[in-house]
Amino acid sequence: MSDVAVETHDIVRTFRDGEVRALDGVSLSVPAGRVFGLLGPNGSGKTTMVRILSTILRPTSGRAIVAGYDVVKQPEKVRPRIGLAGQYATVDENLTGFENLRMVGMLNHLNKPYVVAKSRQLLEDFDLTDAANRITKTYSGGMRRRLDLAAALVGAPPILFLDEPTTGLDPQSRQELWTIIERLVEGGTTVLLTTQYLEEADRLAHHLVVLDRGRIIAEGTSAQLKAQMGATVLEFGFATTDAAASAVPLLADLSATPANVEGHNLEITVDDGPAITADALRRLDEAGLRPTGLTLREPSLDDVFLALTGHRAEDEALDGAAPVAATRRRSR
Amino acid sequence: MTDLATRTALPPSESSRPALLWAVSDVLTIARRNLMAIVRIPVALVFTFIQPIMFVLLFRYVFGGVVHVPGNSYVNYLIPGILTQATIFGSVNTAIGLSEDLQKGLIERFRALPMARMAVLAGRTVADTARNVVVLILITGVGFAVGFRPTGSVWTYLQACLVMLLFAYCLSWGFAFVGLAAPNSEAAQAIAFPIIFPLTFASAVFVPVASMPGWLQPFANNQPISQATFAVRGLMLGQAHGASTWISVAWSIGIVAVLAPLAVARYRRAA
Repeated sequence: MSDVAVETHDIVRTFRDGEVRALDGVSLSVPAGRVFGLLGPNGSGKTTMVRILSTILRPTSGRAIVAGYDVVKQPEKVRPRIGLAGQYATVDENLTGFENLRMVGMLNHLNKPYVVAKSRQLLEDFDLTDAANRITKTYSGGMRRRLDLAAALVGAPPILFLDEPTTGLDPQSRQELWTIIERLVEGGTTVLLTTQYLEEADRLAHHLVVLDRGRIIAEGTSAQLKAQMGATVLEFGFATTDAAASAVPLLADLSATPANVEGHNLEITVDDGPAITADALRRLDEAGLRPTGLTLREPSLDDVFLALTGHRAEDEALDGAAPVAATRRRSR
Repeated sequence: MTDLATRTALPPSESSRPALLWAVSDVLTIARRNLMAIVRIPVALVFTFIQPIMFVLLFRYVFGGVVHVPGNSYVNYLIPGILTQATIFGSVNTAIGLSEDLQKGLIERFRALPMARMAVLAGRTVADTARNVVVLILITGVGFAVGFRPTGSVWTYLQACLVMLLFAYCLSWGFAFVGLAAPNSEAAQAIAFPIIFPLTFASAVFVPVASMPGWLQPFANNQPISQATFAVRGLMLGQAHGASTWISVAWSIGIVAVLAPLAVARYRRAA
């Protein structure tokens, strides 16, 4: 378990003649047999990293070692050892599910009987046997993602890159995909996963790296990241936005991180939930402010992201460059 | 790390097979998927096979009556022209197909696979040539049904087909470049047709160049599609066609020599 499956040193990737720095010196070390999460909003450089690691894109500078081989110097050694699936890596719409897997298997330079057997096995594992001989154009979004993942697995790669594997899926399909990924990891596969869903990272990833604008801004286990924040989030609701705003200075010294006000709601993150709740309520009462609601909860990764970057992970329209758009014309 | 590399056992591959054979296998795998798509997309089927038949019927029975060709019946003049036109139009599919693959992210997947790099382009052009062979056979058959009687030998007929297929194959590489450079398949089509239309219609494909206005004739006589048509028609009808065969072959090689490297360079950059 101490083996390293993927290692990068100071990866930089620029687009548009250096105008956009999609990755700005990222060093990662992904242990074998674990799920490693790259977390960040759109434009943070996640997809660029996956494309570099899967030999599709060359880094502008820096070194990336995948399964023991340099992605720039020995891409032909890397490719048989990786699988790529996700948001963009797609299936051929005009082929059936089985034909798609067979095609990818043959292009993986595997022998035919193996490819046929493995394709059937994967279709069964991913609950696609009934649809195996249907053209994939007729598949639902969830079925397509499962087939896409199956295609990444035909070559039985020890390392799997999943680029936003559940983006755009309905909750049930997402659950199904999560279960599949967990099973793969139990079987020894190393997974590097990118996501902008904090829930997904929380559920799947053993180790997390938070990317923002091409740089690593935090790293650790989900629990460690949450611990940086304090143990409990207190969420107060108020009748008016004015009331919420005037409560901020009253509670400022109770929390290590700044309070977060959104409309009628005010959130603070604290170490000792119950004691501080009592204290906070007393202060509000003395000032004549009556909260209309009060919730105590564990901090989510969303809170972590907000604390680290000052903006929420779901903010899609970030100011500044969005390197995902620069990487290519993905008109969909 | 090196330990991991040696430990990560790969599934059974026929690694003893030389790289060149795998490259051929990759080209065939890609060509096969492209051919399956033609059969499965009704629109593609119509454009590939029905359109040239419509052209045959249109020119044979609707416009044909007003065209007078010295020394030949119009149907004998027409069918070699339509064959040339149909195979050339077919090469536009290379642009559309590649552009779609790029747009849909399939090329992305291919690039992360251990397959031969050139197989995506070569497989596409090979598939388009295979489809052209079917078009040739089909239109030859339809031609016979509407009165086409080639007066050359079987041998020169086959030569004509080879000249035509070579020209269309080389043109496919040119359109591969268009497909990879265009932002999407609609744009690829929009770029391809203004190139292909004037070249096909201001040519000896449908009517004798001598019937065109004087200013157009030098262009219509010497442009590559006319040269290919002269060669194909001359060979099929067993008539003199001067140096057209060699000029057409030279054009083919010239097109592929200039545009194939551009297409390959574009493919490396695209994604």
